[in-house]
Amino acid sequence: MRKWFICLFLIFSFSYTSQAHAFSKQVIQRGAVGDDVIELQARLQYLGFYRGKIDGVFGWRTYWALRNFQYKFKLPIDGLVGETTKQKLVQASKYYKSFVHSNLRKGNTFTHYGGIPLSKQVKVRQTKAKNQATATRTTNKQANKTASPQQTAVKRVKTAAVNVPNGFSQNDIQLMANAVHGEARGEPYIGQVAVAAVILNRINSPSFPNTVAGVIFEPGAFTAVADGQIWLTPNETSRKAVLDALNGWDPSSGALYYFNPNTATNGWIWSRPQIKQIGKHIFCK
Amino acid sequence: MLRILLIAALSIGIAGTAYWGYREHQQKNAILIHAENNYQRAFHDLTYQIDLLHDQIGTTLAMNSRQSLSPALAEVWRLASEAHATVGQLPLSLLPFNKTEEFLSNIGSFSYRAAIRDLDKQPLNSEEYKTLQQLYKKSADIQQELRNVQHLVLENNLRWMDVELALATNNRPNDNTIIDGFKTVEKNVQSYNETDFGPSFTSVEKRAKGFEHISGKKITKEQAKQIAKTFLGLKGNEEIQVVHSGEGASDAFYSVTIKNPKTKSETYMDITEKGGYPIWVIENRPVNKQNISLNDATMRGLRFLKQHKFNNFELYESTQYDHVAVLTFVTAQDGVRIYPESIKMKIALDDGNIIGFSARDYLSSKRERTIPKPAISIEQARQKINPNVTIMEERKAIIMNNVNQEVLCYEFLGTLGDDTYRIFINAQNGIEEKVEKLQNPEPIYGEI
Repeated sequence: MRKWFICLFLIFSFSYTSQAHAFSKQVIQRGAVGDDVIELQARLQYLGFYRGKIDGVFGWRTYWALRNFQYKFKLPIDGLVGETTKQKLVQASKYYKSFVHSNLRKGNTFTHYGGIPLSKQVKVRQTKAKNQATATRTTNKQANKTASPQQTAVKRVKTAAVNVPNGFSQNDIQLMANAVHGEARGEPYIGQVAVAAVILNRINSPSFPNTVAGVIFEPGAFTAVADGQIWLTPNETSRKAVLDALNGWDPSSGALYYFNPNTATNGWIWSRPQIKQIGKHIFCK
Repeated sequence: MLRILLIAALSIGIAGTAYWGYREHQQKNAILIHAENNYQRAFHDLTYQIDLLHDQIGTTLAMNSRQSLSPALAEVWRLASEAHATVGQLPLSLLPFNKTEEFLSNIGSFSYRAAIRDLDKQPLNSEEYKTLQQLYKKSADIQQELRNVQHLVLENNLRWMDVELALATNNRPNDNTIIDGFKTVEKNVQSYNETDFGPSFTSVEKRAKGFEHISGKKITKEQAKQIAKTFLGLKGNEEIQVVHSGEGASDAFYSVTIKNPKTKSETYMDITEKGGYPIWVIENRPVNKQNISLNDATMRGLRFLKQHKFNNFELYESTQYDHVAVLTFVTAQDGVRIYPESIKMKIALDDGNIIGFSARDYLSSKRERTIPKPAISIEQARQKINPNVTIMEERKAIIMNNVNQEVLCYEFLGTLGDDTYRIFINAQNGIEEKVEKLQNPEPIYGEI
């Protein structure tokens, strides 16, 4: 029994050796995502500057932690991780890469502080054994949906968080992507961005409700909502289109309405001043 | 014998079908009634809220002291926004009912602005009283009309489902009471326009962003094509289509569509007719891997701006979505950031090419500015900030405040707990113009 324990201990300590050089060559700046950011957060946490979650997204908390680090180590305080900052970080801290990555992959809650045994810094995520199989299956499905290109690329760890446009959540994006897919899936990409932009223009307009859901589910506002096509699974294109619109692109030039001239039955819509036609839709004020 | 069996089987079949059809019919009715009830509730709620709104405006007219006026105006604001939300639940979006919604939301913002004001120092002036009186009269009209419709709905058992059907199919009966009633309401409100709210009022609707400040000659289709070619660095073997905007556009523009037969990518671009400025560009192509960093992308973006004579830009915000960088640049003049003049860019992180560009904000607010001298020092401004906030960064900036005026501010970035805040203190009078909590990365839910 004891032998077995030692054996386990050996494997444990062997697999979690720190790596001296792992950062890639890029200069890391705020807003970045990926492996380098995971390492940056882990190293800053090791030194006690970063107290947030290691999630692989360079947000504000990471930014302030980095600046504090640069201040304490007498580096120029620019909030960028360049060559010298990387060197100082690597010298001053350790990074247990496989520990961090495996926990990220498993979705455990964990920290990476220096001076505390790693085994004490993990809180294993509670999953019922029965559900585990289905859970992994849905994960795969979701991963395919959200980041299909990454699957084929180098085996990377997925970050535990994502950037979202200011004032919106991933669920808002999803809901809008549903609406855009239901309304305009046959349209050119730009037409899909324009439909998403119309939803946003309506939210900003006093003549319409003030929320994403309010605008989308306003009775009679969108045919895709009325006939249930909104609940089709949206594809990656519609999600991309929504992100573009949320990030400030408006191909409709401030339109509040659009219609398909071939199927529009309402005479009133023709009286609106038209801005432009994209694909099959005419956009108007 | 066979015949008897056949008849028996058939009659069982018919009975079964009849039963099934009956069940379906019942279920359909249940759902219809459910939907109808939702509409009915929204409608009766609306009339009730308008009742309350009318009464509340009436009450504020009689009040004088700040202690009672402020809460009463806040109540008006609450009722107006509630009524606005309720209108959104009615199947009226195919009916021109916008003026009424706009009217409600304008009442809301008018009363809100008056409610939060220090009415001891700055009491309601006579013009604002006049506005309130007019609002009172207008809301009485709406109330009367809605009550009338409500009465008819209740008396004749009118159903909203019929309205929706009539609106959808367009063969509306000429005497659809509900539609006619709402049309009357709309007509009533239309006679009352925004200017009646008084000079201090700015509508919630951000002033239509026109490109008033840009100059230059009108360009032709051919010139638009040329501009697209140089701006996008095209080789010359692309298919290019140019279309002029419709009459509804506030500023005329050309829409350019570029198809590259080689890479099968599509690029779209809008160019102003006046002066030929690019408004926005989007290229649609998959970006599947990352070869350059966000930082490299920023440098490329800045270089691109300089190349195309967009001078004095600096990076304000950078974000990575999958393998695409989204960057926001703003101009800086004498060390002062001018936030209204912003340009957004999307850069693909596989080859570093620009796949998106938007200068709408820049074009609508670009102009010659003389930056005023601040009346208070940065130390004085710092005193105005909540002492619990740890200030990390500070600079001067010009922003649009919530009444759509450009103001010179001291900008502070600070932390409080785990969150980061951006705080703007007016450099002339020390007012806290804006406090925003900056977005944190959002955890991915439900994965793993």
